[in-house]
Amino acid sequence: MKILVCISKTPDTTAKIAFTEGNTKFDENGVQWIINPFDEWYALVKAIELKEKDPSAIIHLVTVGAADAEPIIRKALALGGDEAIRINSNSNDSFFVAKQIAAIAKEGSYDIIFTGKETIDYNSASIGSMLSAILDLPFVSLADQLDLNGNTATVRREIEGGEETCEVNLPVVISCQKGMAEQRIPNMRGIMAARTKPLKVLEPIEASATTSIKKFDTPVAKSGVKLVDPANMDELVRLLKEEAKVI
Amino acid sequence: MVLVYIDQADQQIKKSSLEAMSYGAALAKQLGCDVAALVLGTVQDNLAELGKNGAQKVYHLKNESLNSLDVKLHSTLIAHAAKNVNATVVVFANNINGKAIAPAVSVKLEAGLVSGASSLPNTENGFVVTKTVFSGKAFASIQIETPIKVIAINQNSFGLVAYDSTATVEELNIPIPAASIKITKLEKVEGEIPLTEASLVVSGGRGLKGPENWGILLDLAKSLGAATACSRPVSDTDWRPHHEHVGQTGIQIAPNLYIAIGISGAIQHLAGVNRSKTIVVINKDPEAPFFKAADYGVIGDAFEVVPALTSAILKMKSTA
Ligand SMILES: Cc1cc2nc3c(=O)[nH]c(=O)nc-3n(C[C@H](O)[C@H](O)[C@H](O)COP(=O)(O)OP(=O)(O)OC[C@H]3O[C@@H](n4cnc5c(N)ncnc54)[C@H](O)[C@@H]3O)c2cc1C
Repeated sequence: MKILVCISKTPDTTAKIAFTEGNTKFDENGVQWIINPFDEWYALVKAIELKEKDPSAIIHLVTVGAADAEPIIRKALALGGDEAIRINSNSNDSFFVAKQIAAIAKEGSYDIIFTGKETIDYNSASIGSMLSAILDLPFVSLADQLDLNGNTATVRREIEGGEETCEVNLPVVISCQKGMAEQRIPNMRGIMAARTKPLKVLEPIEASATTSIKKFDTPVAKSGVKLVDPANMDELVRLLKEEAKVI
Repeated sequence: MVLVYIDQADQQIKKSSLEAMSYGAALAKQLGCDVAALVLGTVQDNLAELGKNGAQKVYHLKNESLNSLDVKLHSTLIAHAAKNVNATVVVFANNINGKAIAPAVSVKLEAGLVSGASSLPNTENGFVVTKTVFSGKAFASIQIETPIKVIAINQNSFGLVAYDSTATVEELNIPIPAASIKITKLEKVEGEIPLTEASLVVSGGRGLKGPENWGILLDLAKSLGAATACSRPVSDTDWRPHHEHVGQTGIQIAPNLYIAIGISGAIQHLAGVNRSKTIVVINKDPEAPFFKAADYGVIGDAFEVVPALTSAILKMKSTA
């Protein structure tokens, strides 16, 4: 069995979100980078769990990123995975990125392609779905449980107002969320091993971008909190009804 | 033509899809073109009534096999229908189904996608859509460069617009390909308001001390008709189910009212809720960072304040 895990680099969750060059570029000054939590905690660890059950399984990691994404991919390799591929581009157009990963996926004929639910920077949740369309594969989103039985995967996914279990034949693209796996911390052995695991760098294939970012804005800050006496909840109700008009 | 995908849960059209319909109608007006809805599967609603949300026409592919989400199948059919009617913009609600399907449709139509849109595009000079990024900590204006565009509009960001008309319904006759997945089990959460569709949300954090104390929060939610949410440690320790976890690594919501009880207001939590129109914070620590992001604050013990608030709401409702 071959598994491909898509890994994205995102700013740390506490990073200051600011912009430069006339608000057209994310300000990377002083920003710590992490593996996108959904990719790390759920997609990658689920792949590792599957390999622990079936040691013949092969896990490849793929990221579309510039050279500064290498520490992230090494950290992912320290958690697990046999080798990694970095496609040398810092595009943030989902379609372009999906095209790149699809090319790798086609060549590697993977049985399962895992992504995280979404990235915590652009929140587009689009790579998995796009990959499935380019590769003409089934796509299961928001998976929180998965069992394999030969060529069939039984996947539980979130739906509006509940959970649904479905069966799907491999190959399949799956986006992972909380519940799918238990978050892990890399150990010393893993970190040492990651140093010598193969990390292939490929140049991107031809693909046109379909979108471009024109500018960023930050939301206007709240004007300040109005404190209400804890002994006077009638006043809070009145404010919510008459001032905020939300109840 | 602007084509709006209308989706369903349990054969009922979702509120977020009606918002997408209103958005699509406003967009069509802006572009000076027609607007239609596309419904897949069997729904109990009267489809002509989609006119009340702005649809002029409703295309309906009536087949029970389309009632639950199969991204491969749905995206194929939606792309097919979009080509048939020469849609130039396809609009989705950015809900669970829309998030899953819209990117696949954009590939099939070779269309640029903006998911998580927060307002109508600026079409003065190109086609620029604003979307939320960094889990709500910022907005990005994205230019779509392709002739066909796909937009998934955030829930609760455009609102419903009432129209005084009915739509004409046309049954579609598109061959339906084989399903790519087989549903084997369904676990519904009964009687709960889905968090992402809710306009009022009551949320609890570690300050409530344990799952046995959630009664006061549930009573408050019930008095308001609100959905319930929680902070990450609360769902990590299984005090509350995972689907209630809001924040940067949970779900992002933007209700009209978010009441945070015993939640400190960590940056990762705020990221998921800071687009709420009104935020009320109940916390016994006056230094809790959440007060900086709040509209109304109550410094006090949740175990006293929350039941008092519930009584005040019930009193207001009974006299209203
Ligand atoms: C990578 C990463 C991602 C994360 N993602 C998320 C996320 O998506 N969502 C999320 O919520 N968190 C997330 N976190 C965790 C976040 O940093 C905080 O730890 C978490 O939000 C704290 O939860 P809390 O406010 O419930 O608990 P605490 O921080 O422990 O706060 C409890 C609050 O309750 C108050 N309190 C105590 N007793 C009472 C009482 N009797 N009455 C009233 N108030 C009382 C206290 O004053 C305190 O402010 C993430 C962290 C990391 C590192």
